[in-house]
Amino acid sequence: MKQSRVPRRGPERGGAGQPADAAPQSWIRRAAAGLVAISAFLLIHVSASAATLEDLLAKLATDSFAEKVEAAEALGSLGDGRAIPALRALTDGRLYARKDAGPVIEDGSVFRDALTRQPVAGLAAADLDKVRANNRLRGVLEGALSKLSLFSDVKAERLAAARDAFKVGSAEMATTLERALATEKDTDVAAAIRFSLTAAKISSGTPEQRVLSIRELAGSMDPQVRNLIAGVRNDASQPKEVKDAADTALAAMDRKLMLSGIAENLFQGISLGSVLLLAAVGLAITFGVMGVINMAHGEMIMLGAYTAYTVQLVCRALLPPEWVGSYLLLSVPIAFVVAGLVGVLIERTVIRFLYGRPLETLLSTWGISLILQQAVRSIFDAQNKEVANPEWMTGGFELIGGFYIAWNRLYIILFCFMVLGAIALVLRRTAFGLHMRAVTQNRDMAAAMGIPTARVDALTFGLGSGIAGMAGVALSQIGNVSPNLGQIYIVDSFLVVVFGGVGNLMGTLVGAMTLGVVNKLLEPVAGAVLGKVVVLVAIILFMQRRPRGLFALKGRSVDA
Amino acid sequence: MRDHPTYPLLTPRGWLVFALVGLVLLAVPAANQWAATGSAAHLPDYLVPLIGKYCTYAMLALALDLIWGYAGILSLGHGAFFALGGYCMGMYMMRQIGTRGVYGNADLPDFMVFLNWKELPWYWQGFDMFWFAALMALVVPGILAFVVGWLTFRSRVTGVYLSIITQAMTFALLLAFFRNNMGFGGNNGLTDFKEILGFPIQAQTTRVGLYVASVIGLGLTFLICRAVVTSKLGRVCLALRDAESRVRFLGYSTTGAKLFVFTLSAVLAGLAGALYVPQVGIINPSEFSPANSIEIAIWVAVGGRGTLSGAVLGAFAVNWAKTWLTGAAPEVWLFFLGLLFVAVTLLFPKGVTGLVQQVRNRLATRAIPRQAEGD
Amino acid sequence: MEFTSGKGRALALAGALATAFAWTTASAQAPIKVGVLHSLSGTMAISETTLKDTVLMMVDDINKKGGLLGRKVEAVVVDPASNWPLFAEKARELLTKEKVDVVFGCWTSVSRKSVLPVFEELNGLLFYPVQYEGEESSRNVFYTGAAPNQQAIPAVEYLMSKDGGEAKRWVLAGTDYVYPRTTNKILEAFLISKGVAKEDIMINYTPFGHSDWQTIVADIKKFASAGKKTAVVSTINGDANVPFYKELANAGISAKDIPVVAFSVGEEELAGIDTKNLVGHLAAWNYFQSVKSPVNDGFIKQWRAFIKNEKRVTNDPMEATYIGFKMWAQAVAQAGTTNVDAVRQAMYGQKTAAPGGFESVMNTNHHLSKPVLIGEIQANGQFDIVWATKGPVKADAWSPFIPESAKLKADWTYPWVCGNCAEPKYKM
Repeated sequence: MKQSRVPRRGPERGGAGQPADAAPQSWIRRAAAGLVAISAFLLIHVSASAATLEDLLAKLATDSFAEKVEAAEALGSLGDGRAIPALRALTDGRLYARKDAGPVIEDGSVFRDALTRQPVAGLAAADLDKVRANNRLRGVLEGALSKLSLFSDVKAERLAAARDAFKVGSAEMATTLERALATEKDTDVAAAIRFSLTAAKISSGTPEQRVLSIRELAGSMDPQVRNLIAGVRNDASQPKEVKDAADTALAAMDRKLMLSGIAENLFQGISLGSVLLLAAVGLAITFGVMGVINMAHGEMIMLGAYTAYTVQLVCRALLPPEWVGSYLLLSVPIAFVVAGLVGVLIERTVIRFLYGRPLETLLSTWGISLILQQAVRSIFDAQNKEVANPEWMTGGFELIGGFYIAWNRLYIILFCFMVLGAIALVLRRTAFGLHMRAVTQNRDMAAAMGIPTARVDALTFGLGSGIAGMAGVALSQIGNVSPNLGQIYIVDSFLVVVFGGVGNLMGTLVGAMTLGVVNKLLEPVAGAVLGKVVVLVAIILFMQRRPRGLFALKGRSVDA
Repeated sequence: MRDHPTYPLLTPRGWLVFALVGLVLLAVPAANQWAATGSAAHLPDYLVPLIGKYCTYAMLALALDLIWGYAGILSLGHGAFFALGGYCMGMYMMRQIGTRGVYGNADLPDFMVFLNWKELPWYWQGFDMFWFAALMALVVPGILAFVVGWLTFRSRVTGVYLSIITQAMTFALLLAFFRNNMGFGGNNGLTDFKEILGFPIQAQTTRVGLYVASVIGLGLTFLICRAVVTSKLGRVCLALRDAESRVRFLGYSTTGAKLFVFTLSAVLAGLAGALYVPQVGIINPSEFSPANSIEIAIWVAVGGRGTLSGAVLGAFAVNWAKTWLTGAAPEVWLFFLGLLFVAVTLLFPKGVTGLVQQVRNRLATRAIPRQAEGD
Repeated sequence: MEFTSGKGRALALAGALATAFAWTTASAQAPIKVGVLHSLSGTMAISETTLKDTVLMMVDDINKKGGLLGRKVEAVVVDPASNWPLFAEKARELLTKEKVDVVFGCWTSVSRKSVLPVFEELNGLLFYPVQYEGEESSRNVFYTGAAPNQQAIPAVEYLMSKDGGEAKRWVLAGTDYVYPRTTNKILEAFLISKGVAKEDIMINYTPFGHSDWQTIVADIKKFASAGKKTAVVSTINGDANVPFYKELANAGISAKDIPVVAFSVGEEELAGIDTKNLVGHLAAWNYFQSVKSPVNDGFIKQWRAFIKNEKRVTNDPMEATYIGFKMWAQAVAQAGTTNVDAVRQAMYGQKTAAPGGFESVMNTNHHLSKPVLIGEIQANGQFDIVWATKGPVKADAWSPFIPESAKLKADWTYPWVCGNCAEPKYKM
C-alpha cells in the first residue's frame, strides 16, 4: 500500500474539533521536530563537501520530502552542472527511483541514468517508483537550478537564471551570484546578475547598504521586486531608516503600478469586449438582417467549441506531437462549415416557414436549442471536455511591470477583429453582401428588384451560424466546453446587439466594446456581481434615450 | 375573431365551460379528501400540490397572454414579477418560523443570523403581518412594472427591444438576488417554512386550502383578464398590437393603455407567485432566470396566444408534459419538449386552441352536405 | 409519427402505473426500489449524471450478487433538470407515487434544502453524497460527503506547514452561495485563531458560472505582492472552475508562487482542463482516484467496465455515493427490512471499507468518519497525494468555529434524539 509512504499528521479529529487541546501538544511535537531537523541540517553541512554527486542524486530519489529538499539544496551549492538534468526531471515529474541503483530520467520512451545520461534497458514499470515533488521542493529546485544555470555555456540560460535569481533571495544565493559576476563577460547577463545581487542583499549588509539597495530597486516595476521590498518593510527587526526607504520605494512603485493597473483594466475590458463581440456578431447578422430571434444561437457557439474538441482528438491521433497545436487553426474553418451547415439546415426546415412572425421563431428556436443541447449531451456525454491551449497560446508576457498579457487573450482580440474585417469585406465587396444589405433595408423592394430573398435568407442564416461556430472555437480557449456553453452567452449577446442597434455591424462593435470596458472598470470598484447589475440597469436606462440602440438604422418605415 | 358591437364578459356557453372547469378543479381535493383510499375516485396526495402549482402557472400564463396576446408586448421578464410576489410571501413565512429556526432567533431568519446580522433590515419590516405581505406581493411587482413600463413605453421602445430590456431586467434581478448581502437568502433563497396563517404548511388540509385558493385565484385572474379584453381598453390594446402607429395617429394614448395592462399583468403575476411559494416550499433566485421567463411565453404559444383559455391550457399541458417526461423518459425528455415546441410553431401556429378552432371550422364546412343525408 | 409514439408512451406509462399499483399489494418478491434524484439536464448535469451512473452501477452490482433480502433492486431514475422547485416535486413523486425505499440524490445545497421538507414530511430516506457546508443534520438524510472540518481546515493546516509552503497571507475565493460562505466563515475564524491578521485575509465572492476571471486573478496577483507567502483557498463552484484555472495558467501564476487549494475540484472537473500548467495546485478531498488500495482498484475497474470507457475517472462524490449505497445495503440486510425507521437505526455505526482507504463509519450525527487527503494536480489530470490524516476524521455537523452553532449538537440516538439541540431531548 502506497498509503504508508504518505507523511501523516494530525490528531484523530483532524485538529479541527478541539484546537485548544491539540495546540500545546503539537507545539511540543513541532519543537522536537525542529530540533531533529536542525541537527540533521548541521550533519549534512559537515558532510556536504564530501558527499559525491552520486550520493546526492540517490538522496534526491528518497521518499522523505525533508531529505529531498536537503539534497536539492546541496546539489545547487555543489555547482556541478551534471546535476541539472536530474533536477529538471524532478521538477517536471520525470524522475524515477530504482530499487538498487541511482535514479533514472524518463526521456520520451526510454529511461536514462540520471548521472551518465546513458539509456538503461530492461526496466519494468513495477521496478520504478516516481519521485514526487511538492511546492516547497519545487521552490528549492528552482533555486538550485538557477544557481547551476548561472554557469551554463548558453547565454540565454545564464540570462534567465540571473533574472530569476532574485526570487530566491537567500544569503547563499548572493555569494553564488558574486562568484558568477566575477567570471561573467557578457554585459547583459552581468547587468541582470547585478540587479539580482542587489535584490539578494536587500535584507543583509549594513543599514546604509540596504537603503541603497532599496533605492536602486525602486526603479523596477516588477511585482516580485515589490514583494521583496514589502517583505523588508514588514520585517520588524529592520531599523527605521531602512523601513522609511522601503516606504518611499513602495510609494513610488505603487504610483507606477497604478498606471499600469489602469492600462491592464482597459486591456481586460477590450478582451471581454472581444469575447462579447465574437459571441454576438453572428447574432447581429441573423437578427439584424432577418429579424429572427435565434435562441439557438448560443448552441451554434457550442457546436463550434465541440468541433474544436473533435478536431483536437483527430489531430492527437493522427499528427506528430509537435504539430498537434495546429488543430486550432484547422478547426476554425471546420467549425464555420459545421455550424454554418446546421444553420442552413435549421433555416430550410423550420425558420423559413416562420418569416414575418419574429416572436414565433423565438419559440421554435428555443425548442431547437433544447434539442441541440440534449443531442450533444447524448453524443459527447454531459462532462466538460478538455480543449487544450496550443503551445503558442499558453502563458503570456509582461508588457510593463504588473501588466501581464496572456497570449490567448491577445489572440482572441486579434481573431475577433479579423472576423469582423472579413464580415465587413463580405458585406461591402461581394454580390451576396449587396443582396444582404438590400434585404435588410427593404425586403419587399429587394424582392421586387429580383433578389432571391429566400436564398439570401438561407445563406445569411448560415453565415451568422458559421461565425458563431468560429466564435465557439475561440471561446473554447478561455472557458468551459460543455452542453451549457451556449446558455452562458445568449443573454449577453442579445444585449450587445440591441444596445448597439440592430442591423448595424459598427453598432455591435461599439456596443460590445463599451459593455466590456465599462464592466471591467466597474468590477474592481463594485465587485463582479454588482458591477454587472449596474451595467444592466444602465442599459435599461440608456434605451430610454435611444430606443433603437446606439446606431439606429435609418429607414422610412414608421413601424420598422 | 369576429367583431361584435359589445363583448359580454363571457357568453352563456362560456360561463358554462368556466363553471364546469371550476367544478372539475374543485373536485380534485374532494376526491383526495373524501374518496376512500384505494378506490378509483381517490386522488393521491402528491397530485394536490402539483395541480395547485399548475394553477399558479396558469395564472402566470394568463398574465403574460394579457400583454403579449392582446397588447403585443412580449415581456421576457415576467418571471421576475412572479418571483417578487413569491419572495414577499416567502418573507412572511420566514418571519412566521420565529424561534423554530435552526439557530432559534425569534426575529432574524437563519441566514441572517449566519451572516452575523444583528437586526432585521428595514425592508423586512412589516412582513410578519399577512395582510402586509399579501399586499406587497401585489404592490412590489406592480411598482416595478409601472416604473419599467413608464420608462420604456414613454420613449416608445417596442418589439424586440422591449423584450430584451425586460430580459435584462430579470437578469439583473437574478444576479442581485444571488448576492447573499442583499438579505434575501442568496442562492438558497427562502425555505424551511413552518406555517401560513397559523396552519402547518405540511398538513394535507393546509395543502387543500392553498389549492382551493389557487383555483379561486385562477378563476379570478381569468375573469379580470376577460373583463379587460372585452372592455374598450382591451380593444385599444388589440388595435395597438396590430398597428400601433395608426392607433396613435387616431388620437389614442397608447402609453397609458400599455402601462395599465402591463402593470395589471405584473400584479397578477405577483399574485400567482404568492400562491406558488407556499405550495412549493421554496423561493430562490433561479425563478428570475431568463430561461424561466421564456418558458412562460412558450406555455402561452403552445396553448394559443391571444386566447385566454389557450394560455391556461398551454400552462397545464406543457407543465404536465414536463412532469411526466422527466419521470418517464429522464434521458431524452428534452428531445420531446424541443420537438413539441418546433412542431407547435410549424403545424399549429395558433396553438392548441387554434387547432381546435381549425378542426371545428373544417367539420362545420363538411357538416353542411352531410346534414342533408340526415346525420 | 409523433402521435403513435406518444400513444405508445402513454400505454407504457399506463402499464407502469398498473404494475406499480400491483407491486404495492404484491408479495415480498416485489423489487426494492431505489430512487435516483440527480439532474440529467441543465447546469448541474455536468456533475450529477456521473452520480446517477454510479448508483446504477451499484444497483447492477448488487443484483448480480443476488439482490437484497432475496429481492431484486430496481433503480427509478428521474430528471429534476437543475431546477430547484422541480427537485421537491420529483422527490414527492418518488416517495408517494413510486414508493421508493431510499433516494440517492442532490448535489447543490439549494436542491437539498428544497427536498428536505418533503423527506421529513413523508419520512423518506435520502443519501446526500457531496461535500457541503454542514450546519444541518436531518433525521431523514445521511450525509456521506465531507463536512468543512473534513476538508477545509486540514487543507489550510497543510498550507501553513513547512511542506505546504508556510503561507502567511490568504485569499478565500468562492462562489457566492452558502457552502463557500460557511467554509470561509469557519476558515476566517480558524486563521484568526492561528494569529493571522485580518488584513492578511482577502475574501472574494463571484456569481455562479462566472466566466471572466481576468480582474480577480489580477487582484490575487496584486494581493500576493505584499511581501508574504500567499495561498488561495478556492471554494469556486463547478462550471466557473474551468475558466478560472485557464486564466490562472495563462496569467503566469505557478503553484510555487501562489498555491491554490480547491474543495470543489476533483478528477472529473480536471478532465475538462489541460493541467500541464496547473501542476502543484492542490485539492482536499476524502478520496482521490490515485489512492492505492485493493478496494479502490476494484472500484475503478468496476466503474470503467460499467460505463464502458477505459478513460473515465472516479472522484470523491462518486466514492461518497459508493459508501452510502454499501452502508444502506448493509443496514437493510441487518434490519431485514427496508422500513425507513429500522434502516436508520441499523445505519448507526455501520462500517465499510472505502475506496479512499481506511474504514468509513456512519456516526449518530448522520455524518461519516473519513480520512482527509490532500492531493497535488499532476500533468495527467490526476492527483498525487502529498498529505493524509493518520486516521478517519469525524465530521462535525455543527462547526465549533461559528458562535451560534458551537453550542449545538447532532445525535439521533437516546438520549439526544435531535439534529440541532443544545441539550438532550430526554433526561438520562
